[in-house]
Amino acid sequence: MDKVYPSAKEAIADIFEGATIMFGGFWYTGFPAELTLALVNKGTRKLTVIAQSVGVGNDLDILAENGQIRKAIVNYAFFPSPDKITEFERQLRAHEIKCETYPMGTFIEKIRAGGAGIAGFYTPTGVGTIVAQGKEHRSFDGTEHILEEALKADFAFVHAYKGDRKGNLVYRKAARNYNPEMAMAGKITIAEVENLVEAGELDPDCIHTPGIYVQRVVKVERPTITFSFE
Amino acid sequence: MDGEEIVGLTNELMALRAANELEDGMYANLGIGLPTMVSNWIEGRDIVLQAEIGFLEQGPFAEPETVDQDLISAGAEPVTTLPGASFFSISESFAMIRGGYIDVAILGALQVSEKGDLASWNNPARKISDCGNIGGAMDLAVGAKKVIVIMEHTTRDGEPKILKECTYSLTAKEVVDLIITDLAVIEVTDDGMVLKETAPGFTPHQVQALTGAELRISEDLKEIEL
Repeated sequence: MDKVYPSAKEAIADIFEGATIMFGGFWYTGFPAELTLALVNKGTRKLTVIAQSVGVGNDLDILAENGQIRKAIVNYAFFPSPDKITEFERQLRAHEIKCETYPMGTFIEKIRAGGAGIAGFYTPTGVGTIVAQGKEHRSFDGTEHILEEALKADFAFVHAYKGDRKGNLVYRKAARNYNPEMAMAGKITIAEVENLVEAGELDPDCIHTPGIYVQRVVKVERPTITFSFE
Repeated sequence: MDGEEIVGLTNELMALRAANELEDGMYANLGIGLPTMVSNWIEGRDIVLQAEIGFLEQGPFAEPETVDQDLISAGAEPVTTLPGASFFSISESFAMIRGGYIDVAILGALQVSEKGDLASWNNPARKISDCGNIGGAMDLAVGAKKVIVIMEHTTRDGEPKILKECTYSLTAKEVVDLIITDLAVIEVTDDGMVLKETAPGFTPHQVQALTGAELRISEDLKEIEL
């Protein structure tokens, strides 16, 4: 078994118009930037994007600028300050694309459920807010809950620090974030890894994502993220 | 009242007042923005900060030479970890939050109602009502054992942010326990809001005039202690 693809371009070659794709990453940290750029270059359109955010400054913005997104499912939709309107927000305001926002914990639990064969779950988060509108309510132990349904995707893009040829993945620090659950919820999960190793080189006791969830692996360079200091 | 303008607490001092609510041995989560300043006042104390991106034992902000791009806070700032840190996924992070393991969440707010309703995620000025920047606020507001709001007492235009009913889209209903502003410390109780402390130079009457809900004055009302 060897899941390694020679390039990001080849690993994403079968992504089709109208596909639903999950993207790991919190801002730039743990974000699958090379796979995303390959998707930008491929130009596939009418995508449903499931990610923390679109319009906040990682390369998902470029997908929006390229007109490739039809719908986004996020937990943090916009640039924090309303003074900066991204292309994503402009398209949303012009009703060119759709957006669903969920609370962060509900967002990732929907994805976890999707990957774990659970159709939905009841959560107290969002009761009494816009999030609860139109959803089934049920009381457990005297506390109101709402029904949230699972999320799955045709493809999931994840970024890992290390991976082996069988798709076992190890993340680094806070770059783990959304990646493990998205790896589970993607029908085809494509992992870009900073370090590619042979099977047997990763400590089996310390693997975060077992290879069964990962269909394709691509070796990438470690990205460089710059921070500004005042 | 006319003449010299009296000012309330600075953001740093509001953060200090909020830090004084934390007890040793607690697990706490600080929201983005003003609440992150609370971390400046708890260095060396036995308080564990949870970062919702997926770790425990968040330490001070990183310096340019100690930046690790894989280690950022919920506000996407480069930070450090303290001894005893652990990393986990965001689904586990919110299992901790909804599961009731976080003793205190300190959050920012746009509005708080007299029943403790919190509105923090959707500013109508953005003119988009059905989606926005929810982030972790709804889960924290519902899951943390205690919710402290730290915010300016009024808007930039001087309008009250503490109201009988919130007019902005809610984050959660009946969750706020304590409000710390530049002018006052107010407790939310089953019998309404109780004014516990006022900023130096402010009378209860002045605080009430800038508040949209009725305040009961605590029997042991005092000046904010820092």
